[in-house]
Amino acid sequence: MRDISLHILDIVQNSIAAQGTTIYIEIDEDAEKDLLTFTISDNGVGMDGQMVDHIFNPFCTTRTTRKVGLGLPLLKASAEGSDGYVHIESKQGEGTQIKAAFKISHIDRPPLGKIDETIVTLIACNPDIDFIYTHITNRGKFFFDTRDIKNKIAGISIAQPEILKFIGEYIESGLKKIGGGAT
Amino acid sequence: MKSLEELEEIRKKTLESVNIRTERQGTRVVVGMGTCGIAAGARPVLLAFLDEVSKRNLNNVIVTQTGCIGVCRLEPMVEIYTPGEEKVTYVKVTPDKVSKIVSNHIVNGQIVSEYTIGAYEEEER
Repeated sequence: MRDISLHILDIVQNSIAAQGTTIYIEIDEDAEKDLLTFTISDNGVGMDGQMVDHIFNPFCTTRTTRKVGLGLPLLKASAEGSDGYVHIESKQGEGTQIKAAFKISHIDRPPLGKIDETIVTLIACNPDIDFIYTHITNRGKFFFDTRDIKNKIAGISIAQPEILKFIGEYIESGLKKIGGGAT
Repeated sequence: MKSLEELEEIRKKTLESVNIRTERQGTRVVVGMGTCGIAAGARPVLLAFLDEVSKRNLNNVIVTQTGCIGVCRLEPMVEIYTPGEEKVTYVKVTPDKVSKIVSNHIVNGQIVSEYTIGAYEEEER
């Protein structure tokens, strides 16, 4: 993956496949701790302990089309390659939480990338799922909840091009304000 | 910073145009968004389709995603389903190929043969 926003897009696909209906994405750029972390939490079906133990094994997948799943192993390689880590917690029937950390100043840390495009893509393809996106920097906090949008646009779909365009610009301007988006 | 209050205006405008929109079944554009697809550049392709469809006001076209389609080396892949016709699979799609696919195939019904999986496999032989 070229950047962290693509990893996020990829990892959220797991939450969607796990039938999550509410998905939280939180990004924290902590310049003081020199750490960029992102956390993805869902209310999907979750996994049992045995599955969690093998989750970083590329040959561990629930897919039936083929026997490999590279999303999490790639994320782990990328995070650990920049002095970070990936933690995962899951409970069957309750959901899963993934936390990935990257050392900001590490030379191999991928840029954050276009997180607005990741969120817009997720909403466009999954209008029925609620996404709650929080972005924290040392300068402030940006908060975005698709439920707020849906409340304001009663009668039309959140996947309407006009709405998606607005969401992209809204996120971009929000991140600008807090100086988010590590390059 | 932009404000959510702007949504009210957008909603009004959209509702007016939605009323004109027909309910007939339309074309589905499905972009492969497995790990392979995303790594190969599926996100900009999907956004380019959304953009093109919105620019041309194609109200009965749905752009959506699926998981790994199964031929990872040919990602980004896009499948186009038109009611009553066979599915067409485009391979190694880039954002600059999107406008041709939309105008030739979706609007005018002419498949862009050179981008299809069939043409690609022929070439490889």
